[in-house]
Amino acid sequence: MIDYLALAPEIIIAATAVVVLLADLWLVRKYWTAIIAVIGTTAAAIPLIVMAVSPVGDRMLFDGSYVVDPFALVMKGLFLMAGYVVLLMSFSYVESDRYYEGEYYFLLLLSILGSLVLASARDLIGLFIGIELVASPMYVLAGFRKGDLKSNEAALKYYLLGVLASALLLYGSSFVFGLTGALTYDGIASAAGGLVHEPAFVMAVLFVLAGIGFKVSAVPFHFWAPDTYEGAPTPITAYLSVSSKAAGFVALLAVTYRAFGPASATWAPVVWVMAALSMTIANLTALRQDNIVRMLAYSSISHAGFMLVPFVVAPYVGAEGLGNAVAATVTYLVIYAFMNLGAFALVIAGSRKARSGTVEGWAGMATYAPGLAFLGAVFFFGLAGIPPLAGWFAKFVMFRVVLTAGSGWAVGLAVIAALNSVVAVYYYARVVKAMWMDPIPVTAPDLEVREAAVPMPLALALGITAAIVLVVGAVPGLVTFFSDATKTLAGGG
Amino acid sequence: MLDNGWGLSLIVFLPIAGALIILLTPKKNLVAIKAFGLTFTALPVLLAAYMIARFDYGAGSAFQFGTDLSWITSINARYHIGVDGISFPMLVLSTVLTLLAVIYTFNHWPEPYNPKAFMALILVLGTAMNGTFVALDLVLFFVFFELVLLPMYFMIGIWGDKTMMKVPGFKIEAETRLYAAIKFFVFTLFGSAFMLLGFLAVYYRSGEYLASRTFDIPKLIELGSSGAFTGTFAFLVFGALFLGFAVKVPMWPLHSWLPDAHTAAPTVGSVLLAGIMLKLGSYGFIRISLPILPQEAHRWAPAIAILAVIGIIYGALACLAQTDMKRLIAFSSVGHMGFVMLGISTLTVVGINAAVIGMVAHGLITGLLFFVAGSMSHRYHTREMARLGGNQTLMPKMGAILGFTAIASLGLPGLAGFWGEFMSLVGSYSPAFGLNLGVFRTAMVFGAIGTVLTAGYMLWMLQRVNLGEPSSEWGGHALVDADAYELTAWVPLMVLIVAVGVFPKLVFGATNSAVVALVAKAFGG
Repeated sequence: MIDYLALAPEIIIAATAVVVLLADLWLVRKYWTAIIAVIGTTAAAIPLIVMAVSPVGDRMLFDGSYVVDPFALVMKGLFLMAGYVVLLMSFSYVESDRYYEGEYYFLLLLSILGSLVLASARDLIGLFIGIELVASPMYVLAGFRKGDLKSNEAALKYYLLGVLASALLLYGSSFVFGLTGALTYDGIASAAGGLVHEPAFVMAVLFVLAGIGFKVSAVPFHFWAPDTYEGAPTPITAYLSVSSKAAGFVALLAVTYRAFGPASATWAPVVWVMAALSMTIANLTALRQDNIVRMLAYSSISHAGFMLVPFVVAPYVGAEGLGNAVAATVTYLVIYAFMNLGAFALVIAGSRKARSGTVEGWAGMATYAPGLAFLGAVFFFGLAGIPPLAGWFAKFVMFRVVLTAGSGWAVGLAVIAALNSVVAVYYYARVVKAMWMDPIPVTAPDLEVREAAVPMPLALALGITAAIVLVVGAVPGLVTFFSDATKTLAGGG
Repeated sequence: MLDNGWGLSLIVFLPIAGALIILLTPKKNLVAIKAFGLTFTALPVLLAAYMIARFDYGAGSAFQFGTDLSWITSINARYHIGVDGISFPMLVLSTVLTLLAVIYTFNHWPEPYNPKAFMALILVLGTAMNGTFVALDLVLFFVFFELVLLPMYFMIGIWGDKTMMKVPGFKIEAETRLYAAIKFFVFTLFGSAFMLLGFLAVYYRSGEYLASRTFDIPKLIELGSSGAFTGTFAFLVFGALFLGFAVKVPMWPLHSWLPDAHTAAPTVGSVLLAGIMLKLGSYGFIRISLPILPQEAHRWAPAIAILAVIGIIYGALACLAQTDMKRLIAFSSVGHMGFVMLGISTLTVVGINAAVIGMVAHGLITGLLFFVAGSMSHRYHTREMARLGGNQTLMPKMGAILGFTAIASLGLPGLAGFWGEFMSLVGSYSPAFGLNLGVFRTAMVFGAIGTVLTAGYMLWMLQRVNLGEPSSEWGGHALVDADAYELTAWVPLMVLIVAVGVFPKLVFGATNSAVVALVAKAFGG
């Protein structure tokens, strides 16, 4: 007996994807495909809400391989909301050039479907299917600006490194299965405790971590990110840097805390190094970027580092501490998602007006687009973590977890993170400085281009994300209400 | 109702509410922008006046008018606010100075002219500063403390000094405002990042003594005075907090952002920066570092005293080398805040009282000095003292006010500046039990030399700016003396400078019982 309510969000998104593809064959006005996609994404949220308020606890399907627990519900909610904002950002962007609209939305919906699957997957097969379903449509979408060499480069790099990562992940998974005889995370966990001194198992863990490390674009697995981000259509870049990264983190959270939970002393030091390198190297490289999207690419690598920080406390804390660590990463992910989506929506809106995506090109934007300049301050200083914008709370919970672990290693990483959050201010402030304090460049386009209105769906995307960044900064309880529910992921059982 | 947290909450949040309303006001409607700015800064002053009448001075050590509501439940951070005898004078100063800044701005909009944004930023600053002084929860304190950054960054960066300067360490030139704005931002953030780590470390350790970990300042003070935080752990925590607060004060050698930021900022920005924001740092020492980590305060005190005295002497010597009037006043702040920190480092009733009255006096006096310096450079279009001579004959009222303020700044008895300097020197003659007498008495001697140097550079500035024959270059210029807006903003400050100077009980009446209780609890009397 299959619990169809538990699968309803996935079924609705899959059906919507098919309808979009079929509609594209017959409809003349292609923007209807976008509207169908938006309706489908909204509808998929309804069963989520029904399940969230229903008294039935965790829903287990397929012998525990597929679970809808609070963690899955919260992450699916995030994926749907992020997907919704990306769809809004795509409207005018896709219309503005000769893209295949139907296929665009079809592929995007498939990737969203993959992230929903990933949130519930509790075995290695579900993990692999989910990750591939998230990434494969993106290999195509990254190259959707067909005439642009940079877009081709973006797709090729992403594809080659993406399949390499998948191969690593599969190779590691096969070792894990061979050593533990289990595919489900709970089955692996019950065998993993006795294997921590087995070299093959350690190697398997490293392979799995490396495979997922590519997906979250953590150093040293980040090389694809800046080029892919720069070349891909901007809404796709936003999706890659938010949903695709969040999907990677969902996989990482479930694999490390669930499957490899008893072996935390094996993977925590590896994550420590990845976190420290991601924060430091990405921040220092971001200082030198003139292209705003490239800057945001490096910034998103460094944020991945910040999100990895709570993982390192796992060997030192008890069940409550593990729960706090999961909640800290989820809190960071949620807040980062909206700040970064907002920042990319701003890149689209700003580039339309300034006809440029560089820091210099955006100079003086406050004089002709004060609203966008205000949003620039909101999103970029939000990403920098300056109160009262939401980013401060993301950093705060991260610091709280590492400093309450009672471990010198964790405190050391906290100091590295603190220094990095100071460095980061400089490159974020550089964009805001250009928008507010520099004169308009001589190469700026005509007044009518600069003062053209922001398209309505894009304005809506900007409004939603800005409102969330401002309100959550003052009332962080809105996010912790959800992220606290995800603590059960680390609680075993 | 106003006594149960509502009054304080209104004082804190009315300005930012005003800022939101101003953002929704059309840019062209200057009258409405002015009216909203005035209303939303005048109401907090009225509320503060009401509280002055209602404050229980006998129980100055207790937190009054406060409330304690749930805020972020998952980390046990609460909306806990309240004022005691130490924070109350600072809160009043902050509300008054914000109102005067708004009035002054009415006919001194800095370039590039954008009243809407400028007024909104002043109001956000008001909320940030008032909030820091009433917060009794470390997370709440942190948020308000950091809320100062963004408005100040924009104020300096957009409306600041546009002259070009060489960027130290790089072979490039940049506008002063841009360099100063990011320097201010990065320095302050560097300090507060470590301050946050310190807060979290205290929070972590509190879990070993309480049922649940807490950010609540009064609870942590109770724990601290019972010796909960000791050892290497506490030593490092004090160091982290020290970084955060000392950058803000600023203490030598972390002061280098200050002369740049103060000089580059528009007049109102300098006034609020010097008048209130520097005190957020010294207030942090008195409110958080000392009572929560008393043993560590005792260990760190000689180092703080030495740095404070270096600040006094260094600030004075730097002043003597300045040619720019605003930069001179900025460096004088380093010296004056040195006296405040010297008072705090003695860990005595006299010393901490001196620090609080020193903070109030410095806010009034240096605030006024920056006002006058701003108005003068507005008229002369230069701040070079060499060109300003004879100001007294050109603008008699302005010159007289400058003279009065400079004299107050050098610590003349009978004016507000005297008490802080005098009493912190008295305090360092007999610091708290167990502190090295040699260090503190040497500090006292150097501090006393500092007062002489302060008198020296202030009088020298007066001589160069006010006295002498006006330069012939001003012959054709119609220089307008201080106008009605300026006098409205300045006269209240002058009245307060005299009042606090003649009748220091205005401040001590509130602070003394709170300081006595703090010292008794933390350092055993």
